[in-house]
Amino acid sequence: MTRRQRLTRRFLLVLGGLVFLSGAVALVLGALKSNIVYFYGPSDLAAGAAATSHRLRLGGLVAAGSVVRSPGEAVAFDVTDGKAHVPVHYKGVLPDLFREGQGVVAEGRLGTDGVFQADTILAKHDERYMPRDVADALKKAGQWRPETSTPAPAGQGGS
Amino acid sequence: MTPELGQFALALALVVALLQAVVPLLGAHRDDARLMAFGDAAAQAQLALIGTAFLTLMRAHVVSDFSVENVVENSHTLKPLLYKITGVWGSHEGSMLLWVLILALFGGALGTVAKGTDPMLRARTLAVQGQISTAFLAFILFAANPFTRIFPPPLEGNDLNPILQDPGLAFHPPLLYLGYVGFSLVFAFAAAGLLAGRIDEAWARAVRPWALAAWSALTLGIALGSWWAYYELGWGGFWFWDPVENASLMPWLAGTALVHSIAVLAKRGALAVWTALLAIFAFALSLIGTFLVRSGVLTSVHAFASDPTRGLFILGIIALALLGAFTLFALRARSLPPGRGFEPVSREGFLLFNNLLLAAITATVFVGTLYPLGLEAFTGDKISVGAPYFTRTFLPIAVLLLVLVPLGAAASWKRSDARDILVSLGPAIGLALAGAALLAAFGPAHTAAAIAGFAMGGWLIGASALELWRRARGFSGGMGASLGRLGAVPLATYGMLIAHAGLGVVALGITGVGTGRLEAIDALAPRGTLALGGATLTLEDVVSVNGPNYQATRGIVMLARPGEAPQTLHPERRFFPSQKRMTTEAAIRTGPGGDTYVVLGEAQAGKAGEPVRYALRAYRNPLAPWIWLGAAIMTLGGLLSLAERFAAVRRARSATAEPLAAKS
Repeated sequence: MTRRQRLTRRFLLVLGGLVFLSGAVALVLGALKSNIVYFYGPSDLAAGAAATSHRLRLGGLVAAGSVVRSPGEAVAFDVTDGKAHVPVHYKGVLPDLFREGQGVVAEGRLGTDGVFQADTILAKHDERYMPRDVADALKKAGQWRPETSTPAPAGQGGS
Repeated sequence: MTPELGQFALALALVVALLQAVVPLLGAHRDDARLMAFGDAAAQAQLALIGTAFLTLMRAHVVSDFSVENVVENSHTLKPLLYKITGVWGSHEGSMLLWVLILALFGGALGTVAKGTDPMLRARTLAVQGQISTAFLAFILFAANPFTRIFPPPLEGNDLNPILQDPGLAFHPPLLYLGYVGFSLVFAFAAAGLLAGRIDEAWARAVRPWALAAWSALTLGIALGSWWAYYELGWGGFWFWDPVENASLMPWLAGTALVHSIAVLAKRGALAVWTALLAIFAFALSLIGTFLVRSGVLTSVHAFASDPTRGLFILGIIALALLGAFTLFALRARSLPPGRGFEPVSREGFLLFNNLLLAAITATVFVGTLYPLGLEAFTGDKISVGAPYFTRTFLPIAVLLLVLVPLGAAASWKRSDARDILVSLGPAIGLALAGAALLAAFGPAHTAAAIAGFAMGGWLIGASALELWRRARGFSGGMGASLGRLGAVPLATYGMLIAHAGLGVVALGITGVGTGRLEAIDALAPRGTLALGGATLTLEDVVSVNGPNYQATRGIVMLARPGEAPQTLHPERRFFPSQKRMTTEAAIRTGPGGDTYVVLGEAQAGKAGEPVRYALRAYRNPLAPWIWLGAAIMTLGGLLSLAERFAAVRRARSATAEPLAAKS
């Protein structure tokens, strides 16, 4: 193999590598752009921070006494951080750890009517650990009671 | 055996680990055989000491010694014995103890059975292992001590999270750790090789069995975890692209690349620097996996026993290990002999491409998993990256990789002809295309994705079968002769072909579930029915049942499928009073064609006079069991390749023994 051939081969290899790399990067960026889901607390949504066109996650506590079940697996409940309430509609079986007063993360879209249409409800396997995002949202709203890890009921907060 | 014995053994193990981290290095530096041999003894001593500590903790769990905080937090007198034992690693502290136990197991094994490897390489490797062991033992003793006493001891424990009380999950962590920690040994080998400036064919042959063992264990561990999530979580899915799942997938991907690059290094002496780098990355990703699971920095549905402060400690260990390894790499990589160049169309050329693709997949999973963490650190925005991201980036690269696998396996080392490869694989290509065409015409799911997926699976399995047929040269010379020729095929070749065929079986299973899944859900009163495809589910009755440490609501569901005798399924909802929580036990009817998966939901009180209704959710998951079957086949392939090493040792021994026997 002559020196020239070797150089050509090396050049082709580098070129191929670059093409491959840029392809992979384009793939990642394209997929990231359309599949990022932002997280909001109820106060953020009430303040109009989120667009209604994107998928998003809503985290907080299931407000006590707000869960209404209707036939055919439809469930309605409020998610609260003690300051704001966001009504959520969901159709499907709820996770085992879904309970009033417990932390929850709902994923879906915010309707123009202000009702959050969830298609996924996440609760952790282990109830001793509150979803971190929920804990942060509660801290932000001033409703965090670390000693009990369950926040004060709505209406008494606002410390 | 008081808990203090375990504490004492751990403290001693830390001292031994410290010595092991230094003395053999010194020995290798001075070329002193006695100092080098100290590494073997220290590794064995560590195994004995950490084994003692582990057994002490296990005993405390088995006899429910509630003076130990760890037992109080994670056990209960009524818990079945199996889960008292597996509960040892159900907690954070216990799982870290298991981590170092497996580390000691690998070290002890290297110090005992691998006497054939170069003593200097072995001494340095054990020293690096000693350093890792020191870091983790210090972590356990100072930040996560499982032997902490509590006073006054309570009468009853808090019990283990009930969804962890499961046979599938009982063995998931040990297998996963065997994989993670196995890569630590490969990492140690790489560091030792860099220190000596020798990463060559002999190095690759010494590392290969350990890398294969780690890879096989990790494969099986991930499969068990996925299987567990499938039947225990009641969502009917097998992979959720959750950060904790990705945390185990990343080391597996890097490890798969590593196993292949080691093969190139062992056969052709090429890719030395790249292999060293991959070994560092595989271990780093294993550590990051441990960190992600244990720190709770990412919102995951699977986060157990997490604690941010301890996460920081593990982060420190990762930083130290990476800093040390990359410094070593930067200083010594140039001293490695330059690799031989090679032809693009050859086994090694294909394996290089395999490595490139696997590295790219690992990178995309890494970005998707850690991007939310990075973004939050810099902008404060909280985001999550959804499953569609992963399917959109993972699938195209994985498909390209699967297409290339049989081509690489069919190519010969050094130099191959592209046309020869295609011609020799002709029947496999034909088989895959014919299968896909048949499916398109008559199959139940004739979407493009389903056809492509099934063709891919057929291609992988067909190519492996074809290669064996070629090796046997058909039946020429009779059945016996062709069996004889098959017997002469090296175990490592069998391992490779079987692992690739297993990958094909996994591809078939994922395609089946991914493209042909059915779902039905309704609230049913007793005797109500639910249609699922052609099958009918009837909720016959709902009864109460008492388990050892739970109370269950059990649905009696009749499954009627056309052409089959009706079957009864028992989905349950279990309530564990000790932890005041519910779990869902899905009822799954498995057949070769797929699973019927039934979950009983909550009771819904109707209006006055109406019967109570229960939510019933059912899935038909075509070919679902093939996913785990395929993973088991892949593991078998890895183990067969590993067995080649022992066969080679035995052959070498008998070859040297025979002339001696002839003399006497």
